[in-house]
Amino acid sequence: MAELNHNTIAGALDGLAKKQFSARELAGAHVMQMAKHRDLNAYVTETPEKALAMAEASDARRAKGEAGLMEGIPLGIKDLFCTEGVLTTAGSHILDGFKPTYESTVTANLWKAGAVMLGKLNMDEFAMGSSNGTSYHGPVTNPWRRRGENTRLVPGGSSGGSAAAVAARMALAATGTDTGGSIRQPAAFTGIVGLKPTYGRCSRWGIVAFASSLDQAGPMCRSVEDAAIMLTAMAGHDPKDSTSVDIAVPDFRKAVEGGVKGLKVGIPKEYRLDGLAPEIAKLWEQGAAWLKEQGAEIKEISLPHTKYALPVYYIIAPAEASSNLARYDGVRFGLRVPGESLDDMYERTRAEGFGKEVKRRIMIGTYVLSAGYYDAYYVRAQRIRALILKDFTDAFKDVDVVLTPSTPSAAFGLEEKFDDPVAMYLNDVFTVTVNLAGLPGISVPAGVDGRGLPLGLQLIGRAFDEETVLKAGRAIERAASFTLAPEGF
Amino acid sequence: MSLDPKQVKHIATLARIKVPDSDLAGLVNELNGIMTWIEQLNEVKVDGVEPMAGVLSRDLPERKDVVSDGGDPEKVLKNAPDRAHGFFVVPKVVE
Repeated sequence: MAELNHNTIAGALDGLAKKQFSARELAGAHVMQMAKHRDLNAYVTETPEKALAMAEASDARRAKGEAGLMEGIPLGIKDLFCTEGVLTTAGSHILDGFKPTYESTVTANLWKAGAVMLGKLNMDEFAMGSSNGTSYHGPVTNPWRRRGENTRLVPGGSSGGSAAAVAARMALAATGTDTGGSIRQPAAFTGIVGLKPTYGRCSRWGIVAFASSLDQAGPMCRSVEDAAIMLTAMAGHDPKDSTSVDIAVPDFRKAVEGGVKGLKVGIPKEYRLDGLAPEIAKLWEQGAAWLKEQGAEIKEISLPHTKYALPVYYIIAPAEASSNLARYDGVRFGLRVPGESLDDMYERTRAEGFGKEVKRRIMIGTYVLSAGYYDAYYVRAQRIRALILKDFTDAFKDVDVVLTPSTPSAAFGLEEKFDDPVAMYLNDVFTVTVNLAGLPGISVPAGVDGRGLPLGLQLIGRAFDEETVLKAGRAIERAASFTLAPEGF
Repeated sequence: MSLDPKQVKHIATLARIKVPDSDLAGLVNELNGIMTWIEQLNEVKVDGVEPMAGVLSRDLPERKDVVSDGGDPEKVLKNAPDRAHGFFVVPKVVE
């Protein structure tokens, strides 16, 4: 039963249906791969016994003819999703020992569809980071290496463990969350597909909150079709999340092979940044050419407020985080550091429990919301956010989908220092606008750079039009025929 | 404008994060680096633009005003660092 873990979701569902292998064998192959590549530090918690028990239950359901949409598919779960009875840390020291007594809606939906849990995946602390370097559990190593080099590279972030695990065949697919690019950037860095759905498509209930008006869960997979299958299982209205939208969930898989004939594809001129790496620019042009060859019409568009998206994000996201993270006070769960008074206990617990980047963002958020600065920073950022959304609304009058690079570079080195936080923030320059506007976006592996590292292209669609995003993503995937896997996995 | 150590200390107090004096200078520099970068937002004309709190342009749905959950203190207290008699325990707040 070698190589079962090299399958796609679609391929595995087919093999399971034809009884070529069992869900237990499929789970077992992944459990072995997880044990073999522990040095990547992709998993915070492995749950092999749970995986095998869930897989056996899945086999029993299938035998009774009760197979669900994801029946028997073994998944890794980002450690931001609350999983009942299983350690959930959000990559933070402050959630030490936290075992939720409830299950997030998205993971509950996946288990209901028959999926099997392999374990919980490493991530940047509270999803704040672009390298997985802010995790309390240590960095994750990207399974990819530069050609002829042994330098350890980052998998991107914040869903870095998810990306590394899927690329290294330690999970057939994984959940991620995306607040400013946290699904799409690591997907691009590891040569996999990452989809951020429309805000409101997946329930946020039971996902540790970072920035509530931006956070959205999505699938991280090895094909566009897999992302479509998994999104169908994850999505749906949830009365427990007031921002979850009550709208029918299509069978996204049916949209994937729809083709791009007659589709209008926008190329935003403001994304041609000064100093954009020639390799990235070339891949972007290639992507447009691929879509044109398949019958799409390419149009230049303008998104004039693009350059303000990152600074707007770095007001709005920290503001929301400072409020959301107020709950970590040493009283109800996680770490407590004793103090002389209640306030002293709060201050000591939060000083020790939060890492540097999280503290920085809480303090920025506290500042921009504080008396005297609220209008100058927070309200101004909210107004510019409206202008960014308007840019897209105007553009989508002329085009059906927007094509951009996913990231400004390929994966960088684990040891490359980012002393300047702003330099790290620039990783999300192409992805963050999508969160501010609440739109769906996908990153699809489209090629490699001069040193053999994967690069991604991003497609952005209208709100609740994931189907067009998937169709166009599939067209890129078909043309790029990116079949490379990291060496040695 | 830029933040001085006194302001940063005040922000840390509002955020309930203890900052040792030895870390203060570095933190002032980092926060000022971020805030200086953010200043570019001042060049955008925002007159007449409504602030946007979220992307959903509808009123949030209301649910029926009935008890739908609760009555399980054991579940609520399960992860408490300190508890007694069915309550969370904190340091003494009343003299």
